[in-house]
Amino acid sequence: MAKMIDRVSGLGPDVSPEYRELVERWEAKADRTPPRTGKGSGAVDRTISDVPLKTVYGPADVADIDLTRDLGVPGEYPYTRGIHPTMYRSRLWTMRQFAGFGNAKQTNERYHFLLSQGQMGLSVAFDMPTLMGYDSDSPKSLGEVGKCGVAIDSVRDMEMLFDGIDLGAITTSMTINGPAAIALAQYVVTAENKGIPRAKLGGTLQADILKEYIAQKEWIFPPRPHVRIIVDMMEFCTAQMPKWNTISVSGYHIREAGSTAAQELAFTLADGFAYVEAAVARGMDVDEFAPRLSYFFNSHIDFFEEIAKFRAARRIYARHMREKYGAKDPRSWQLRFHTQTAGCSATAQQPENNIVRVAFEAMAAALGGTQSLHTNSMDEVLALPSEKSVEIALRTQQVLAYETNVTNVVDPLGGAYFVEALTGEMERQVEEYFAQIAGFGGMVEAVEAGFPQREIADASYRYQRSIESGERVIVGVNAFERPDETQPGDLLKIGAEIERGQARAVQGVRENRDGAAVEAALAKLKRACAGSDNVMPYLIDCVKAVATEGEIVDAMVSVYGRYTENTQF
Amino acid sequence: MPATNAPARPLRVIVAKAGLDGHDRGAKVIARALRDAGMEVIYTGLFQAPEQIVQTAIQEDADGIGLSILSGAHMTLFPLVVEQLKEQGAADIVFFGGGTIPPDDAAELKRIGVREIFTPGAPLSEIIAFVERECGKRRELAG
Repeated sequence: MAKMIDRVSGLGPDVSPEYRELVERWEAKADRTPPRTGKGSGAVDRTISDVPLKTVYGPADVADIDLTRDLGVPGEYPYTRGIHPTMYRSRLWTMRQFAGFGNAKQTNERYHFLLSQGQMGLSVAFDMPTLMGYDSDSPKSLGEVGKCGVAIDSVRDMEMLFDGIDLGAITTSMTINGPAAIALAQYVVTAENKGIPRAKLGGTLQADILKEYIAQKEWIFPPRPHVRIIVDMMEFCTAQMPKWNTISVSGYHIREAGSTAAQELAFTLADGFAYVEAAVARGMDVDEFAPRLSYFFNSHIDFFEEIAKFRAARRIYARHMREKYGAKDPRSWQLRFHTQTAGCSATAQQPENNIVRVAFEAMAAALGGTQSLHTNSMDEVLALPSEKSVEIALRTQQVLAYETNVTNVVDPLGGAYFVEALTGEMERQVEEYFAQIAGFGGMVEAVEAGFPQREIADASYRYQRSIESGERVIVGVNAFERPDETQPGDLLKIGAEIERGQARAVQGVRENRDGAAVEAALAKLKRACAGSDNVMPYLIDCVKAVATEGEIVDAMVSVYGRYTENTQF
Repeated sequence: MPATNAPARPLRVIVAKAGLDGHDRGAKVIARALRDAGMEVIYTGLFQAPEQIVQTAIQEDADGIGLSILSGAHMTLFPLVVEQLKEQGAADIVFFGGGTIPPDDAAELKRIGVREIFTPGAPLSEIIAFVERECGKRRELAG
């Protein structure tokens, strides 16, 4: 008797006649039960990413899982169950709302508001001209200044952005890629002007240029010089900014561009490995820089698929970092990540429903073991979020963290047949993509060939088609519509006066500085770009001379050129 | 002029991205959907100036232009395209668009001559039907 209990209490396959009979009985019943018809019934047998689903999962689905090799314990290789031994019991995730709009003064006010409401770190959203390396008075910037982020032209704006905020005490995340090194230089100079040494600065720079070519499309130079600058930054931070996370390798935008969950994971990790390889090729030791790499994922609406994705991400990363790249420091094996709920899952119709979507997506991120989280605001599909909707989004995290108790047990879904099987399936699909990428000769080559771009466009079109056909339901969009719907009126608008004011301000900055010093600093920067010196000290000198971002980028473009995409759809 | 019984040339539509906005998921999905609906689609790629978009449409003898903007610059860039269409004598080209555009902005854009604004969640079938109907009408008027 005791022997039989041993068997049925384990998670592994049970071949006892009693259990087999149960399974057969269930199969017979399931076979006789007709599937649901009507709304959304076309997609019951697969995830949002088209991963096939069984009706129920059981011991046979986890038969290949080796506890030590595949799951381990929290805080130990391969970190499937989390990177910390006690996870949220010892420390909650960082609640970090991404914010930026208009000019630096307006955004600074929003930061003070968010910090006063219990937010734990800052996250800067820059406007399009800043992300593309144009000053606010450039003809290219027309209509874009301050619209989807804050306009930062020179170190003067950066100083205003963090006015009254102790940069030695908070951590700041900056979502910027093409001009990331310039933003870092501006941040360093801002802090040092306030007497805070660079070694004390904590935060994260996105600086993930490969995903720009793949998905977000805010590039400046061609891929190779961009990767070189990123390695310069890694080298600089390793030597001088030990608390700074140099790159936040990002899947978020890949997913927003329409990828599947497995594509998000595969392309993001492949980007990360490309940076690792580039730094190693420079002569850096992997354990010198890898502990400061971090990741950024999307949390989409398919609840279990997302949890499986986060768990698989840690396992795949740990394996490759240890086995392939030979990292010896456990911190190099740990995939730390930020999560943002899926903007692309939000709908313009019945926008209040987005609050609910965000709550589910946030919970998936918590169950998946995220280190920090941004919850989207309900009105972001229509405009920049209002203060009220940002507050609801932050409160959603607080309710999740303090009321639901999902934080009290580490990896609560670990061992669930379905979640373990899906985690394994995610890893399998990702390894398949890795093999294809290797076929191109590496990720930079795959990106240059447009491979991930094509895969994503195909997935995005398939997804849109499945909504169109009614296979998938989106509440308020293709089901449960309200024809009488009125849209919210109190949206945050950025007026044209912001653009005019910012353009005047940057012109004023140019008039009130030592022009010769700017020219000299820019000339030295160009030489560094053309040669092999690390560009960071030269960028810092340009920023100290109050060169504008546009001027610095122009100097670099004169050496590297601007990238143009080979357009396809 | 083609004889009336000649097979009709498929509708030709420019799908465009303007300004500094890199969000191209929507534009690419629309481009494919219109193509799959039997139209000839020319996608401009990113970062086009309003002037270039209109020039492309004229050179390609397009029936319609669909402009996608998700960066918030719609109140600057849509009017510039309308202006260019008038200036270059191509105001009969059916100009429509989409993106993250609040309802009152959409109303204002339609007032100045943008024929339709589609926001996230708009069914592809609705967009295809709109383009077929409006561009079809333009063809008829052009004889």
